[in-house]
Amino acid sequence: MELMGIEPDRLHFSWISSAESTKFVKVVKEVTEKVKAIGPNNHFIKDTAKVA
Amino acid sequence: MVGYTEKIKEIASRLLKECTVDMVIGFRKGTMPMMNEPCFATTPEAIDTLVWDSNCGINLANYLTNRKEKVAVIAKGCDSRNIVTHIIENKIKRDQVYIVGVPCTGMIDKRKITGMVAGEILGVSETENTIKVQTADAETLFDKAEVLQQNCALCIHRNPVIHDEMVADAVQEQTDVDRYADIRKIEEMDSEDKWRFFDDLLSPCIRCYACRNACPLCYCPTCFVDEAKPQWVGKGQDPVDVRTFHFLRAYHCAGRCTDCGACERACPVGINMRLLTRKLEKDCQEQFGWEAGLSLDQRPALDVYQANDPGAFIK
Repeated sequence: MELMGIEPDRLHFSWISSAESTKFVKVVKEVTEKVKAIGPNNHFIKDTAKVA
Repeated sequence: MVGYTEKIKEIASRLLKECTVDMVIGFRKGTMPMMNEPCFATTPEAIDTLVWDSNCGINLANYLTNRKEKVAVIAKGCDSRNIVTHIIENKIKRDQVYIVGVPCTGMIDKRKITGMVAGEILGVSETENTIKVQTADAETLFDKAEVLQQNCALCIHRNPVIHDEMVADAVQEQTDVDRYADIRKIEEMDSEDKWRFFDDLLSPCIRCYACRNACPLCYCPTCFVDEAKPQWVGKGQDPVDVRTFHFLRAYHCAGRCTDCGACERACPVGINMRLLTRKLEKDCQEQFGWEAGLSLDQRPALDVYQANDPGAFIK
């Protein structure tokens, strides 16, 4: 994904057990902060179909 | 590779006569120069049409999927690696295929040659190291090394890794090949440049799926792009859909691709989609020390777990 131009901070992988609530919160916070920092990704927006 | 043709015919007719196999899959001349086509020979007449030269770039492993009969196949280095992959993935049984190995010195790039001469090409002939191209008003001589397909120029497995019989003695393997110089160059770009680079690269794509059809790895009964329920990806020319197709197709070949170049060769608009499959090949090599299709005894990188698998990306 990175090779094709998705910013590295946009994609996160994590392993969180259902018992690790604090880790879950921490990871979600980090992910949101990082993604907010790079801003919206407009690459995947498709032009809506043009109907005559 | 000059002189292979006679040897191939001899082997093929012997195999058919002795009923070792029901069919021999090889190449015959196409209707245009530099366009050899697969030949499924079951009769002595068909065997007479078999040829071998530097235009046999199609990967014949593609025609082995789910075969029931016993077949012989003429296999270059890359084809043989794809046959290994096929056997590992249970698409054909080892005792069902008789592999006639061909030590290969590379296939020539018809697109490159067409670009280097003026006018329509009427004929192409070759010796061991040279390619002679004939047009209506001129005859041009090329060094074969100059006009090789890029994947052949970078090839490090020219000799078949598995065979029942060889057509000739093994050729010398290329060493000191930097296989990933172009990939590293892309990796150094920033995200925006990378995005633009692939936008440019894929913009001519017409979604004909020739790359998929030429690929021996793409044997799914229904490809994800052809699915309608659910529809995974848009079927039109939208750049996002085109990108998704190429990206996912490459991913499906991760750890399996042998860089035979069939996809790029089949592409009617000359897209180098091998940049994607080679990136995955490079990652497999670097992270798992895995090269596809070298041995029947080893499970593919994505099929095994090892305690030292890289996992630093999981936080």
